[in-house]
Amino acid sequence: MVTYVFDGSFEGLLTAIFDSYDRKEKTVDLVCDAYFQPDMLAEPYTVDSDAVKAKRVWAGLRKKLSGQWSVMFYKVYLSEDPQTFKDLFNFARYIFDNPAGAESNFGNPYVMAVTKMDKRVNREKHRMKAFIRFQKTADGMYYCPVEPDFNVLPIISKFFKDRYADQQWIIYDVRRKYGLYYNLQTVEEITYDFVANIDTSKVVLPVAMQDEKEELASLLWKDYFNSTNIPARKNMKLHIQHVPKRYWKYLNEKEGKN
Amino acid sequence: MFDRIREKLTILADAAKYDVSCASSGSKRKNENKGIGDASNGICHSYTEDGRCVSLLKILLTNHCIYDCAFCVSRKSNDVKRAAFTVDEVVELTMSFYRRNYIEGLFLSSGIFKNADFTMERLVRVVKKLRLEERFNGYIHLKTIPGASPELLTEAGLYADRMSINLEMPTETGLKLLAPEKSHDDVKKPLGFIQDTITQFKDEKNTGLIKHVPKFVPAGQSTQMVIGATPETDMEIMYSADQYYKDFSLKRVYYSGYIPISHDTRMPVIGTQPPLLRENRLYQTDWLMRFYGFDVKELLNLKNPHLDTDMDPKLGWALRNLEQFPVDINSADYRMILRVPGIGVGSAKKIVQARKFGRLRSDQLQKIGIAYNRAKHFIRCADSPYLLNEPDAPHLKNLILAESSSKYLKTAQNQLSLF
Repeated sequence: MVTYVFDGSFEGLLTAIFDSYDRKEKTVDLVCDAYFQPDMLAEPYTVDSDAVKAKRVWAGLRKKLSGQWSVMFYKVYLSEDPQTFKDLFNFARYIFDNPAGAESNFGNPYVMAVTKMDKRVNREKHRMKAFIRFQKTADGMYYCPVEPDFNVLPIISKFFKDRYADQQWIIYDVRRKYGLYYNLQTVEEITYDFVANIDTSKVVLPVAMQDEKEELASLLWKDYFNSTNIPARKNMKLHIQHVPKRYWKYLNEKEGKN
Repeated sequence: MFDRIREKLTILADAAKYDVSCASSGSKRKNENKGIGDASNGICHSYTEDGRCVSLLKILLTNHCIYDCAFCVSRKSNDVKRAAFTVDEVVELTMSFYRRNYIEGLFLSSGIFKNADFTMERLVRVVKKLRLEERFNGYIHLKTIPGASPELLTEAGLYADRMSINLEMPTETGLKLLAPEKSHDDVKKPLGFIQDTITQFKDEKNTGLIKHVPKFVPAGQSTQMVIGATPETDMEIMYSADQYYKDFSLKRVYYSGYIPISHDTRMPVIGTQPPLLRENRLYQTDWLMRFYGFDVKELLNLKNPHLDTDMDPKLGWALRNLEQFPVDINSADYRMILRVPGIGVGSAKKIVQARKFGRLRSDQLQKIGIAYNRAKHFIRCADSPYLLNEPDAPHLKNLILAESSSKYLKTAQNQLSLF
């Protein structure tokens, strides 16, 4: 088996698929360069990301897959998971090598692997829609730092744009060091510079940067959260299952609980 | 200066929490006016320590009430702190929470002060202000106040996404015992009125003659029954639920295990564990009726008026109907695959798709995600071994229960099995 090393980009993944057909290599071990460890015995092949090749593969996939499945292919890529890159590669080859409709063969290991990762990415996407807690800043902006397991910002952008159409907001991915900013017209991708005046490692904004009503709003929310609980039904196992501890530091109602 | 509003919120959230309805899905309201919010998702923004989801700001407008229903914390004779929000306070609170993405919307209920119309009118004023002045398109669940005028209910329905009235007790007898002033007819009348109006709006839309038919209660109606305060059987509870699902096209019936809040001798005493396991079994039955094609009479009948405590109702049904098993995964129709214990809706659909590509083996079924250890006793697939004699029901039950561990075994249960 030959090892393909790619740069981890979506374009790179699609180029790798193109090259495997070009080089007539069916069984390939696809590795992202960040995780690549050279092997003395085998010479790896380095994939050069190529926009034209990637476009052709993507067009081909979209032609062969139903709309929902091509979206899924991209979503699953956002998992940034090494094993998933391999699964996507093999899945794409399986789709190209078989008649249309092959994606509904849930007995196939690649179809199932992609389906399962899709479920996980969707869960993370859904969690971000749920767990984002905006803080209103003194200049009327709504700000929230996040640290999602997967790179889901691109797929929650439209949701927040539609929902909060009349307020400016920033969602900043602390781990991946980029964010989204909605300027009342469009959503722009922003880099670290944009939030340079904010210490993004701290979840709560300093009082000086907060809107004057921010403290009360957060306090009332915590009050509400505690009052709506029924102590006689306490079930911490279920609580933690729904709100895993790694998210607590970003949830103001759980502040001071971890 | 924060103290007064904080105290109000604490009192009025505490009084509203026994209403378990939490849904924020099923509507399709969009943010088309460049206002704020949409109601088409269904998102649980947080979960309380009891494991219940927090999706809506669930509050009472006031906990003053002219009624004295024994099961209710806000009953007239109960010595609790009373409070009332103003219309503006509710609107401001909702907007402040919604803009910070704390909630999906508002669940507004109220104790009855003065009379039904007076109360309903206040509720309508809140939702009207949210929709028209704040251009709020988030989810609104509004309580229908029994006895309110048809005009007010119609107006409410134009702004709310979902409306609900609680049956409170599963049977009329139970209700009469604890709330002699109330009757199920008081509930049926407005439920029926709103259902008819929903149909009327839909028909108008379907004629295509009118361009913009406004939305009317787009997420439909729901109701709630309190379980375990009065001595109904599971059969009585679920037959009642089934009837309401059918008669009023309800979207949901909620079952709320009674949490003792009073020293009234007609009900379980304070400190009694709420019947969580029973509540869970009732919800499982409800799901089997709504998503798995079961008729309530198959699950509960005069021979089996109570749900099993040691196993879920689907497994119970399968063991009572072993002659219908094993099901051949590679040839049975979808309806029957759905009835196999350990196979859910998602897996059943995948199985039906996947078997077109070849006969399925057990390892594939496991990857698809069925609970194989449970399902294996009820299915045949490409690599199933040939069995000389099929195990009988009691044997099979022991086998399955020995392999699984119930999450309820660790918690104290003062619910005794009848047999």
